[in-house]
Amino acid sequence: MLKTLLCGTAFLALAAAAGTAQAQVSNNVVKIGVMNDRSGVYADLAGEGSAIAARMAVEEFGGKVAGAPVEVVVADHQNKADIAANTARQWVDVDNVDVIADVPNSAAALAVQGITRDKKRIFLMSGPGSTDLTGKACSPYGFQWTYDNYAMAAGTGRALVEQGKKNWYFITADYAFGHSLEAETTNMVKQLGGTVKGNVRHPLGTSDFSSFLLQAQGSGADVIGFANAGGDTINAVKQAAEFGVTQSGQSLASLLLFISEVHALGLEAAQGLMLTTGFYWDMDEQTRAWSAKFEQKHGKKPTMVQAGVYSAVRHYLKAVEAAGTDDADKVAAKMRELPVEDMFAKNGKIYPNGRMAHDMYLARVKKPSESKGPWDYYQIVSTLPAATAFMDPAKTACAQK
Amino acid sequence: MFEMLGIPPQVLFGQLLLGLINGSFYALLSLGLAVIFGMLNVINFAHGALYMVGAFVAWLLLTQLGLGYWWAFALTPFIVGAFGILLEKTMLSRLYKLDHLYGLLLTFGLALILEGLFRHQYGVSGQPYPVPPSLSGGQNLGFMFLPNYRGWVIACSLVVCFGTWFAIERTRLGAYLRAATENPVLVQAFGINVPVMVSLTYGFGVALAGLAGVLAAPIYQVNPLMGSNLIIIVFAVVVIGGMGSILGAILTGIGLGLLEGLTKVFYPEASNIVVFVVMAIVLMIKPAGLFGRER
Repeated sequence: MLKTLLCGTAFLALAAAAGTAQAQVSNNVVKIGVMNDRSGVYADLAGEGSAIAARMAVEEFGGKVAGAPVEVVVADHQNKADIAANTARQWVDVDNVDVIADVPNSAAALAVQGITRDKKRIFLMSGPGSTDLTGKACSPYGFQWTYDNYAMAAGTGRALVEQGKKNWYFITADYAFGHSLEAETTNMVKQLGGTVKGNVRHPLGTSDFSSFLLQAQGSGADVIGFANAGGDTINAVKQAAEFGVTQSGQSLASLLLFISEVHALGLEAAQGLMLTTGFYWDMDEQTRAWSAKFEQKHGKKPTMVQAGVYSAVRHYLKAVEAAGTDDADKVAAKMRELPVEDMFAKNGKIYPNGRMAHDMYLARVKKPSESKGPWDYYQIVSTLPAATAFMDPAKTACAQK
Repeated sequence: MFEMLGIPPQVLFGQLLLGLINGSFYALLSLGLAVIFGMLNVINFAHGALYMVGAFVAWLLLTQLGLGYWWAFALTPFIVGAFGILLEKTMLSRLYKLDHLYGLLLTFGLALILEGLFRHQYGVSGQPYPVPPSLSGGQNLGFMFLPNYRGWVIACSLVVCFGTWFAIERTRLGAYLRAATENPVLVQAFGINVPVMVSLTYGFGVALAGLAGVLAAPIYQVNPLMGSNLIIIVFAVVVIGGMGSILGAILTGIGLGLLEGLTKVFYPEASNIVVFVVMAIVLMIKPAGLFGRER
């Protein structure tokens, strides 16, 4: 009995090994898993829009790559790291998913990064912002595509200090993400000779910011930096307008803001905000054409996260096509080798730590009188070149140099 | 004394005023809960969702029908109240004979369904609602800039709160209502239609939530999740004030708003838990709440 069992197992193992050696594309299908928040606070900036963006990239390849069909599957991680981890395992072990894309929420992304590293699957991160993903938690298979906290903070911080706005006050969400944004910006501000007048830490999910705004107003700082995200940023900005913060000469800087949030706020409340973004739909012919197509399918213009999913999936498919296989090691090498140049990424280059460096943009939210209609929200003030927009890979805690 | 606290008096006054604004919000919402619990013995978990519905009704009136803030202010409580009566007649009224827990579960389920529907339809980032032109701008009080709209919120909620308290505690109608809670059979025997009165009470409590929603719309984003952010604090307020005590809900709401305002100055990180710390202490010392009666 035992012998039969052993024989059987050995046979199966052999068959499996032979199978992978022969097939160019495992299971004869390239499966892309788009995992993000589909119902919670990040559903508008990623959600179904990211899945649509991924499908648009697949369509460009005619639904086929290296002779095998491409399939897109989706899952909701509900912003919970354990659900993200379970889904990733299920996808890789049972459903034969070859590549996982998006995964906003850094905690969820860190969990998926661990699994894709162990199981050798490509991980295309568009949603998460933690610099740890290309720092101490980097992976040879993990690529952070769209933005990170350093790029957001350094971009906005540097630009404002250079405009002579040297004194800062921070309103910071009291958890790891907010602290990290504040610290990155503080570093940049101080490096350039600015000062930080003070800060206040608010609990995640605060609805009333008036008290914090009053403290910031009283500090006499030139800039009030919001180191928070999502609903917190929306309420803070809306109430800053109500309390006339900008009328008294202070500037507002949001250290992480997506166009879906500006849309939700309306220009009346959001006007004058300074922010850094990885993508804006109204940059050139290419971005306008792609975004118009996206809007037809989704009813909204793309956020930078959604556009980033498109760009990352497209680059992945290009690498699979060039390598002639979906083997993660070979594809990762090809991805690093090929230049990244599409409607999203200008001057794109993948660093050894997995960071896809590309040009970022400093934007100012338009006044209602300057805007020609819905989604005409940003005035691009300057381009932050790829080489300086992101952290130097040699200075990160990543072991892949 | 101010030097001892380490902050200038202007800042303190400003923060106290902001605390009062938030407190009047808490008071308005917890008042509705207290009325419903006091009169119907139903723990209305759908209160936060109905507050959200109130804000959305105002937004829909504005964007779909072009009716501005004052129309919304006048109509929304009736719309939300009517919806509440519908819920009470079709569902909640079947559960009065059962344990409280069933009412709680039903209303909790309703809250999840309502939030889910609005989230599906309108997304999670919310919708903007402008401050009405007649109340935009603000006053410089010397120690702070008070937006006119916030002043209006305080005035409006105080009037509504004390009006409600007066109606329930000091009028004949209120007396019938309180009697009907104590002994519905006897009150019915006096020729008073108790089921209708109960429905109207639920409708009224819910209308208060709708009104709070309208008041909140220009301050916060009109967001499907706005109710669930607030409802937990409001429940804590009702528990501290004493379940079902009208005056307790009003005074505790305002008091906790002030306390929270001060916490935001001295130790902002704790501003979202200070209410619950107070709740724990009150429950240990006076389990029925500050203004509640032991039953």
